Amino acid sequence: MWVDLIVIGVKLAFGLVVLLTTVPIMVWVERRGSALIQDRLGPNRVGPLGLFQPIVDVVKLLAKEVITPAGVRPLLYILAPAIAVIVALSTFIAIPIGKDSGLELFGHAVNGFIVAPDLNIGLLYVFAIASFGVYPLLLAGWSSDNKYALLGGVRASAQAISYEIAMIIAIVGVLMSSGTLRLQQIVDAQSGVWMGFLPHWNVFSQPIGALIFMVAVFAETNRLPFDLPEADAELVAGYHTEYSSIRFAAFYMSEYLHMTVAASLVTVLFLGGWNLPWIDIPFEGWAGALLSMGVFGIKVATLLWFFVWVRWTLPRFRYDQLMALGWKVMVPLAVLNFLWVGVAMALGYM
Amino acid sequence: MGFLIENFGAIFFFLVAALTVAGAVGVVTLRNPVHAALALLETFVMVAILFILRHAEFLAAVQVLVYAGGIMVLYLFVIMLVKVKDLRAEDAFLLNIAPLAVLGGVLLGALLAAGILLGTMAAGDGAVAALQTIGDETVGNTEAVGWLLFTKFLVPFEVVSVVLLVAMIGAIVFGRRDAALSGPGEGVEP
Repeated sequence: MWVDLIVIGVKLAFGLVVLLTTVPIMVWVERRGSALIQDRLGPNRVGPLGLFQPIVDVVKLLAKEVITPAGVRPLLYILAPAIAVIVALSTFIAIPIGKDSGLELFGHAVNGFIVAPDLNIGLLYVFAIASFGVYPLLLAGWSSDNKYALLGGVRASAQAISYEIAMIIAIVGVLMSSGTLRLQQIVDAQSGVWMGFLPHWNVFSQPIGALIFMVAVFAETNRLPFDLPEADAELVAGYHTEYSSIRFAAFYMSEYLHMTVAASLVTVLFLGGWNLPWIDIPFEGWAGALLSMGVFGIKVATLLWFFVWVRWTLPRFRYDQLMALGWKVMVPLAVLNFLWVGVAMALGYM
Repeated sequence: MGFLIENFGAIFFFLVAALTVAGAVGVVTLRNPVHAALALLETFVMVAILFILRHAEFLAAVQVLVYAGGIMVLYLFVIMLVKVKDLRAEDAFLLNIAPLAVLGGVLLGALLAAGILLGTMAAGDGAVAALQTIGDETVGNTEAVGWLLFTKFLVPFEVVSVVLLVAMIGAIVFGRRDAALSGPGEGVEP
């Protein structure tokens, strides 16, 4: 009983530390990466290669005065950034980050490197909680009593709805081919090879689905080229225009948390989790577990760099282009992927 | 303390049930449309928790995904687009139809209560187990719901799908009628 709780507590603490550590690292990668892409130097004064810049940033944000503008609706205005962080953190508990080969901790089964291992609706849970991710933007936009913020919030809601549909149709293909909602079993279903020579990852067997999911993830995390809710060229700072200090930091943090969760989800659903291509490693014992986490981490890190790369390479969509792409291109393509998986399964290719 | 632990399930249920009802009351009493919409959101989430208490995890997840993640976001989108003001006190018209509304509510409530009562009497407690089993085999809630939808309730399921499709096409027709009237190049393309 108590050991159960301790094991869950250790897993929770581990997940929390890993997830929160990615935020300062990603802030640094984003700033240095943007400088690299734009042929600048970027922050390079604080610590070697500017590595301590995020710490200084955090201290600066914490030390600033917390301003609550007149005319805001106080309760929702204060709740919005809190909800943003809560949503981003609570999606992570259903995501497995490493292979567990029957390991024990304090004489008790670890039960998988996932905080909530027995969740038989794992994937649905992630999407159900993630669908709350748009509320902080909406509430912040509405409660700020600022027309730019309000426009940002309205845009966020329309965008989230439009791309959620394509995203969910795209993952139906994964559900069909792996036959389960448990993320651990979805990863296990992607081991070995497919068609004799390709790794059995869903990105190879369902390329359209992977592409649609990836694009929709950019839209759902409000990253460029889909950062219309922020759109600093037209809306000042969009939904968080009226936020400062620690409350702004919460929004800033939640963006990177969402990115990490999204990258983990893409890895689990389409990139085979901790499976290596062509090499079949059983990942035995603690060393194996650490190795599998390393493989998973490398995939996630690559995807995170891809997020940064895209952000500083592509321009922002116009709003009508965003809507046209979502409804007229993404949804039909997602249905096409769904049909492809059905046909391939019926013919025995999958 | 012992009492709390023994009856934890019941206490939790009544707490969640009370919050559900409180949210529903908030929807009709709150003056600000956005606050009312958020109260409705709270009700949806609490209903999802009630589903989980009955081990209907799939229904809970879908409830949150569809209602909280989709429908409420659309509601808020519409509410935020119109100029939001706190509602004024009801005018005479609303006050006049109030008795009829109360009567209608009571009738609807009675019908619902009778339906639920008869339904539970007919199905017994086995209805809950049916959410977890196919035949005699215990499976997850997702599989059981899917199985029921595509075997026992296939025809109603398909009928509901067609009804929803009709509603969708109707919405598109209404949406495009104005666009067609205003001539090409105006409002047809986004």
